Amino acid sequence: MNGPVFEVFRQERRGQPFEHAGSVTAPDAEFAEAWAREQYGRRGESVALWIVPREAIRPVTEWADEFDLKYRRVDGYSIKTRLKEARERAGTAAS
Amino acid sequence: MSERAPRLLELADDELVLGWHESEWTGIAPTLEEDVAFSSIAQNEIGHARAAYELAAADLGTDADALAFDRRPEEYRCAPLVELRLLDWAHAIARRWLYEEADAVRIAALKADTDPELAGLAAKIDREEAYHRMHAAMWHERLRHEPRFREAVEELWPYAVALLPQELRPELAARTGLALPSDTLLQGKERGEHTPQLAELWDEMTSVRRSAPAGARW
Amino acid sequence: MPASEVPRDEQAFLDYVQSGGKVEATDWMPDEYRARLIKFIEMHANSELMGVLPEREWILRAPTLQRKLALTAKVQDEAGHAQLIYRVVEDLGKPRERCLEDLVSGKAKFHNVFHYPTRTWGDVGVIAWLVDAAAIISQKALLKCSYAPYARIMKKICWEESFHILHGRDVVLALVTGTPAQFELVQEALNRWWGPLMQFHGHTIPADEDPMVIWRIKSQGNEEARQQFLEGYVPQIRELGLEIPDPKLRRREDGVWEYTEPDWDELRSVVTGHGPKTAERLAFRRRFLEQERWVREAVLAA
Repeated sequence: MNGPVFEVFRQERRGQPFEHAGSVTAPDAEFAEAWAREQYGRRGESVALWIVPREAIRPVTEWADEFDLKYRRVDGYSIKTRLKEARERAGTAAS
Repeated sequence: MSERAPRLLELADDELVLGWHESEWTGIAPTLEEDVAFSSIAQNEIGHARAAYELAAADLGTDADALAFDRRPEEYRCAPLVELRLLDWAHAIARRWLYEEADAVRIAALKADTDPELAGLAAKIDREEAYHRMHAAMWHERLRHEPRFREAVEELWPYAVALLPQELRPELAARTGLALPSDTLLQGKERGEHTPQLAELWDEMTSVRRSAPAGARW
Repeated sequence: MPASEVPRDEQAFLDYVQSGGKVEATDWMPDEYRARLIKFIEMHANSELMGVLPEREWILRAPTLQRKLALTAKVQDEAGHAQLIYRVVEDLGKPRERCLEDLVSGKAKFHNVFHYPTRTWGDVGVIAWLVDAAAIISQKALLKCSYAPYARIMKKICWEESFHILHGRDVVLALVTGTPAQFELVQEALNRWWGPLMQFHGHTIPADEDPMVIWRIKSQGNEEARQQFLEGYVPQIRELGLEIPDPKLRRREDGVWEYTEPDWDELRSVVTGHGPKTAERLAFRRRFLEQERWVREAVLAA
């Protein structure tokens, strides 16, 4: 099938985030909806779809994380040693 | 002092002092989206400073924090461009753009250095700066017709030129399409001279660290 | 737009959310529900935005490179959270510019803890650890909010807050294992922050009388949140040798924490704009909001 590509995002249950499910090619948005409904919803497996022209999507795949980013994350901290020391100082360490 | 330490400190002090000033924009940029973007750039610059300090510290037998905090203001080797405290967006973003342009020229030269550690660090920094340059170019494109921004660029241009050694300046002029300023305009802006704002920043940035004696933990 | 299963009738809508139904931005909703969402979520966004300021002052004074990076990243996250949350408010019908105008004019509210000064580096640790701990308790409960776009962003927010708490606890641990003067810095900060922390979750309102719970915007009562905070954090504070400035504080045998009644007059006065730092911080916000208006106009003029 020729025609522009539409990416399809589906929501499985209300309140859940939409996830990418696949794509359809279709002559226009109306056809895309009709066909995506069938492809991604005919078993009642979706409560909602988002149908987005592929050219409207701007992908970002390159990340310049050359240096340590751990200071922003939980796994960047190890408090074990200091916690032990603080407990000992306070006399609250489990004996 | 090792042969490369002064060069590393120039780079590190520039990135530290610029990042330190720019971090002040966290939470007060023109839009919340830009808050997040600008703050990451400031953090990256400080990350670059830390990496360069670590390399220098290994040569000098000290550590990165000591180099960043425990020198006197007159011992810093940063250029006056980064020392200015610019709390209006026209100037802040004009400096951001000019700094990235000048830094691109400097980093390109460092990448070609015969010292593999120095060249390696420069290459690593360059990969992050590529994103900073994209950000700066985007703002430049958006604001270049705004009188406030143009005036700020004009005012800060001599500072940006003075950040680089003589031999790299023509390349910066070619990149930006701006004419090199006269020697008179460069007075007081050359590396080795310091603005009063550096001492003010130093006072504040070291205040907590200086507040407790040896044995203190941070 | 496919037919929505959200009922277009106030009573049926109420039944729907009370039985666990979720509402999306494009669904019909009763005016009262929308108004309550806007007010509540806007105050949350305002709090994130104003929460930037107390800690931002210390970004320039962080005592090591690591602390500098972590504190900047933490404050950056608060600005990021404000963006996420104002976006939800915008979709509900109130533009960001208007939210900001209402904030700086003093019409809109923000959380009590952001009206107080940050006096020392000890405050930086206590805020990141305990204020964020109190906040994450409320925010975790919002993961179940009936308004799904709000519940979804809360996932990211809670994930980021958990880093804040660890950063704060790490700052506190460094200080309490440092010099005696540094230990005192934490104790003194805790003494000042305890009152506001106990007021943070608000008056004890029975859940079945709280309209926010009735509409399933909140799923947790105020006292429940406070109890959870005490249960989680009092032991963590005490094991460091720190003293909590409340002589009545104790855990009963049935697991309920007793405490001195928080100063509700102070809370009312502070959140209605009479906190020690309210005027100064709003003036600061106003200054930058006005100063950088031309930038927003230039950027948005495509």
